[in-house]
Amino acid sequence: MKELAVRVGGQAGDGIASIGESIARSFSRMGLHVFGLNAYQSVIRGGHVWYHARASEGKVHCQGDTADILYALDRQTVDVHASILRPGGTVIFDPEKFPLAPTDVSSELHLLPVPTLEIARKYTSQSILQNAAGIGATAFLAGIPLDVIHQVLTDSFGRKAGDVVTWNIGASADGYRFAETKGPIHPKAIAKKGPPKLLMTGNQAIALGAAAAGCKFLVQYPMTPATSIMHWLAAHSRALGIVVKQSEDELASINMAIGASFAGVRTMTASSGGGFALMTEGLGMAGMAEVPVVVVDAARAGPSTGLPTKTEQGDLNLLLGAGQGEWPRAVLAPSDPVEAYRLTAVAFDLAERFQTPVLVLTDFHLAEAMEGVDREEIDLNIPIPSLFTVAPDSHRYRRYLDTESGVSPRAFPGQPGLNHIALSDEHDEYGGDVSDIRAGIPAAIAVRKKMMEKRMRKLKGLAKEAPPPVLEGPADAPLTFVAWGSPVGAVRDAMTILHEKGKATNLLRFPTLYPLDPDVVRSMFARTRKTLLIEGNFSGQFAHLLRAETGIELPQKFLKYDGEPFYPHQIVARAQEVL
Amino acid sequence: MAESVAAPIVSQSATQLPIVGKSEVRPTWCPGCGDYSVVASIEMALKRLKIPSKDVVIVSGIGCSSNLPHFLSSYGFHGLHGRTIPVAEGVRWGNHGLTVIGTGGDGDGFGIGVGHLIHAMRRNVKLTYVTMDNQVYGLTTGQASPTSRMGQKTKSTPTGVIENPLDPVSLALASGATYVARGFSGDVKHLTDLVANGIAHKGFAFVDVFSPCVTYNKVNTFDFFRQRVYKLESAGHDPSDLGAAFQRSLEWGDKIPIGLFYSVEKPTYEDLEEVLAAGPLAYQPSGLKGREKLLDEFV
Repeated sequence: MKELAVRVGGQAGDGIASIGESIARSFSRMGLHVFGLNAYQSVIRGGHVWYHARASEGKVHCQGDTADILYALDRQTVDVHASILRPGGTVIFDPEKFPLAPTDVSSELHLLPVPTLEIARKYTSQSILQNAAGIGATAFLAGIPLDVIHQVLTDSFGRKAGDVVTWNIGASADGYRFAETKGPIHPKAIAKKGPPKLLMTGNQAIALGAAAAGCKFLVQYPMTPATSIMHWLAAHSRALGIVVKQSEDELASINMAIGASFAGVRTMTASSGGGFALMTEGLGMAGMAEVPVVVVDAARAGPSTGLPTKTEQGDLNLLLGAGQGEWPRAVLAPSDPVEAYRLTAVAFDLAERFQTPVLVLTDFHLAEAMEGVDREEIDLNIPIPSLFTVAPDSHRYRRYLDTESGVSPRAFPGQPGLNHIALSDEHDEYGGDVSDIRAGIPAAIAVRKKMMEKRMRKLKGLAKEAPPPVLEGPADAPLTFVAWGSPVGAVRDAMTILHEKGKATNLLRFPTLYPLDPDVVRSMFARTRKTLLIEGNFSGQFAHLLRAETGIELPQKFLKYDGEPFYPHQIVARAQEVL
Repeated sequence: MAESVAAPIVSQSATQLPIVGKSEVRPTWCPGCGDYSVVASIEMALKRLKIPSKDVVIVSGIGCSSNLPHFLSSYGFHGLHGRTIPVAEGVRWGNHGLTVIGTGGDGDGFGIGVGHLIHAMRRNVKLTYVTMDNQVYGLTTGQASPTSRMGQKTKSTPTGVIENPLDPVSLALASGATYVARGFSGDVKHLTDLVANGIAHKGFAFVDVFSPCVTYNKVNTFDFFRQRVYKLESAGHDPSDLGAAFQRSLEWGDKIPIGLFYSVEKPTYEDLEEVLAAGPLAYQPSGLKGREKLLDEFV
């Protein structure tokens, strides 16, 4: 399977992400599978940033371990990244920006000096245009046809005024032709393969999934890496008829979401761990008042402010334990954009059907990395049953009617004859408050017990209805990887590498983290031999959860808490130790 | 001027629908509590405006006064301490055909929840927010509140409060509320006018009510206020004059003004949120069926 990867690096503010995305999008339009990773820091200017665009004939699931072309906008990029270039790789740089001699890099690498600044000056005094020249040279080397890169640049700069598009087209063509005169295209370059693919981040997939699942109200306070969910929905707010509200804080976010849901609309809020922590009291109220709400936590490396632009799976315990007391919840964890799209829709469905919060846990790596998606993988036709299912009747409406499933008929303000109070206090079936003058008297004690059992009974239904664990790969492999969320991508690629080395492995992954159906989980582990947990946190939070829920131990763990995503070679190395 | 609601299940004309009255739940407040007058004024205001009970949502937080939604026959949401306002905003945006009234105390609104209040006022969300301001935390048995006066002795301030009190009326004026009033539980008729006009007001209506706690505040009593309050309506105050409203809001001492400080008509948040022009969100179509062109942007 032919593949090629391009890495671009420089200083924040240099336009690195824009260069990288142009390359990634061009590959995707050529019908190649792409994984695009934007690595940056929590500053707007300064600091080392880089973008990695990996393209392949077949499906790739993560950023991979290597690169073939390095476009370095500064010397630091060469120092930091030249070591990941495969033999035969090329460093593109502008000698006017910094000198680079063949002896500065491995003898197996080529240098391609491109006069990007000189090209830019032909058009404008704005030095940012050097990037277009660099993109052109990179595109030639990477086998991207000039017309593809020109269309991508036109689409990205089309909104800008004046000569910007013309300059970018001109400078990129100059860079392309300059590279053409200096040598052949990279031997690993891949030709156009098929119809264009979609390229989306996990956050975009979640935003799209929410819209498709009938979300009408998104309320959010900006926090990396969740913010782009709000950006996508805000950009489409009018066209899709979705109210997007930037709140004053996450306390407001969750309470506004609950208010709107109570009024009869499907609602979502999203944040990272810090904002999610502020929502926990509100979440408990949604559990108590039985108001559906979908909450996304795009985790970053904690604790506290932590590493805002780096990845981690450290928030699982936070989500499992969010809120005082006990209330039913589901925690879903997509592992790639397609699953993020689908599980977001599942989250809305479960939240509505069980009238309780459903939490979607992602991380920086899934939220912001871009991955190629086939159009057919995104089905926009998601059934959205009407929320208005209770007819007014002559009997006094019981909002919290005790039922076998724990789910009660739900009515909304505006419906006659169904007036009721939803409340955070313990209450009877009618919504009558039992926390004050009645608490502690025998009848109220019985109500309290009954209502706790009613609410918590929803967990049984959720465990049956939430997506079960998925086994990927041969059933009888000697090693089973256990993973959830974004590390699944690197595991999949590691499995391919191990397969090529003659080592069969499989993967047991958990799109639903909670509640687990212990019987189902135990039956899936019954056939595994050795296991290796791949999890992005310090303490192996999922291993604790799995043991608590099923008694199953995962003695072998590969835990990562350095802020960086898993790389396939790291997983391969650890797997070979275990095997 | 209650707004009509495009509810899907309306089988009767609005005039036949029940209006808000008392619920089956009797108030649980101490005998003599100022809050009895407030619930009565809200009930009478809604009756005067003839808003069907199905279209009214009363939202509260936590505190003695926040039990109020239980005592009326409308829809209600009895939420968390300090979060009355964001829930009320969410209800309003979820279905802006509804009449949404926030109720609660000074601790709920001006202590733990003050951040939300300021933002809701600057947004000019069409809500009515009635605070039962007794200048003390009652349900937690008598601690200082943000509106307790300097020197007041409470369980948490046994030697007297050493912080300046927050003035809710000036805060509301500075934050952009478009209807700012102050009532007194000792004058239900006047209070009912203020609440009714607030509910009818197109924008954020704030009614701070001197609603004495007979158990934990022995300073700011009914008598204290009876001796001091005067009505702005009888004092030649012009409620369209923001500067004059600020001046009046600073008065505290032998004479304390009640009544309408300020009223102005401005576009509401709901007016400016274009998505809501198509009708209440709860009744708008949803989903992306047939919108495959949307995927083109990801190419």
